[in-house]
Amino acid sequence: MFSLENITNLVSTWLYANLDPTWALVVQFVIVGVLVISLFSILGLVLIMMERRVAAWMQLRLGPNRVGPRGYFQTVADTLKLIVKEGMTPDGADKFLFNLAPFIVMIVSMVIMAPLMFAKGFQIWDVNIGVFFITAVSSVSVIGILMAGWASNNKYSLLGAMRSGAQIVSYELSAGLAILTIVVFSGSLQVSTIVESQADGWWLLKGHVPAVISFVIFIIAVTAETNRAPFDLAEAESELTAGFHTEYSGMKFALFFLAEYVNIFVVCAVGATLYLGGWMPFHIGNWTSFNQVMDYIPSSAWFFGKTFFLIFVIMWFRWTFPRLRIDQLLNLEWKYLLPISLFNLLLATVIAIMGLHF
Amino acid sequence: MVILSVPADYFPIAIMFVVAIGFVLTTIFATHLLGPKRKSDVKLDTFECGIEPQGNSRIPFSIKYLLVAILFVLFDVEVIFMYPWAVNFLKLGLFGFLEMIVFICLFMLGFFYIIKKGALKWE
Repeated sequence: MFSLENITNLVSTWLYANLDPTWALVVQFVIVGVLVISLFSILGLVLIMMERRVAAWMQLRLGPNRVGPRGYFQTVADTLKLIVKEGMTPDGADKFLFNLAPFIVMIVSMVIMAPLMFAKGFQIWDVNIGVFFITAVSSVSVIGILMAGWASNNKYSLLGAMRSGAQIVSYELSAGLAILTIVVFSGSLQVSTIVESQADGWWLLKGHVPAVISFVIFIIAVTAETNRAPFDLAEAESELTAGFHTEYSGMKFALFFLAEYVNIFVVCAVGATLYLGGWMPFHIGNWTSFNQVMDYIPSSAWFFGKTFFLIFVIMWFRWTFPRLRIDQLLNLEWKYLLPISLFNLLLATVIAIMGLHF
Repeated sequence: MVILSVPADYFPIAIMFVVAIGFVLTTIFATHLLGPKRKSDVKLDTFECGIEPQGNSRIPFSIKYLLVAILFVLFDVEVIFMYPWAVNFLKLGLFGFLEMIVFICLFMLGFFYIIKKGALKWE
């Protein structure tokens, strides 16, 4: 049976048997680095392709279908084009901050990948504050966005960055509280422990009302945090051309674009880990044969399947809901989602203290 | 069970930083080598839908955005206080729970005050 855990164990045993420990460690880090960068590039290519395909499918049109078989090489061609384009810095821009902003956004979205658990026993960094680390570091990306908007010296960029800043920081509150609800149920901030706690059923399907409410809040909040429609005020293309990255071109623009898609992947992966059991297979009570068939599917397939399902849901939102206005957006968060998620957290705690959760 | 962390536990994150910075630097450097460099005044002008840029972009901005940012700082600190409690609430028991109720009541008091003050009222 295909298992990433066995492969990593084999590789590390081989390394430690054939090299001295220091070099084995170095080689391991090199392998991890190569894997992370290739995962990044593949994610970028796949998600942009998926976005365009889903958009085309929802709007009853063909979508990209010229480059390669059925248009599957379209994003590869786009990437090649972006690499050989000129990366300009406008005259009016603050040169240092303008060039620093893509670095910050990109580094943040790469670093928050570390505590994610991609399959059983397959994780870069199993730290005891996993989900806390993700929420803490992901909020740094707003600095990159504000920096980009202000340094561009462009009115559209400034407006987009301000909106984006207000929006991301507001929705972070309810996203954090929604995550806390699951932390209360599973009793740990460690990603691997949260996944283990769902061995006998995913939190979303166990029938706890607070878990379901917090899932809905979480999905709304992360859609807003990743600047996706219907909360895409930051780059509302019909009024702000491209929002905070109006002045960016070439690879600097591509880095913003890539970081945006990787952020969508990361938040959906966190959602899948917290509510849909991460790599845990789908089990029904004591249907032993059914459960065995489900166990036979590799854990990585479960994880990526759930994550891509959530990504599909978020893409679906884009073609379903009209864009909100900035005051409606902030009202939704401050007047509805924040109080609801606070009381939801208290309700979850009452359930957990009385021992009603299982 | 006491879980202590040592600085070495945080070593992987340093590796991730190095990988991330290396990736970004390499791509930026590659595009710098491969891309053309033809600069002109019009090309490097600020984009404003094809017309001449009017005035400075770094103008005074709606105070509402600052208010939202300040509210975020206050409320986010309060939410962060809940993290250690959410992990340990079973050990803290009923007393900890009542303390948290008091805390959330004060939190909501401040929250209603800012709503009544009209901090989120947009023209």
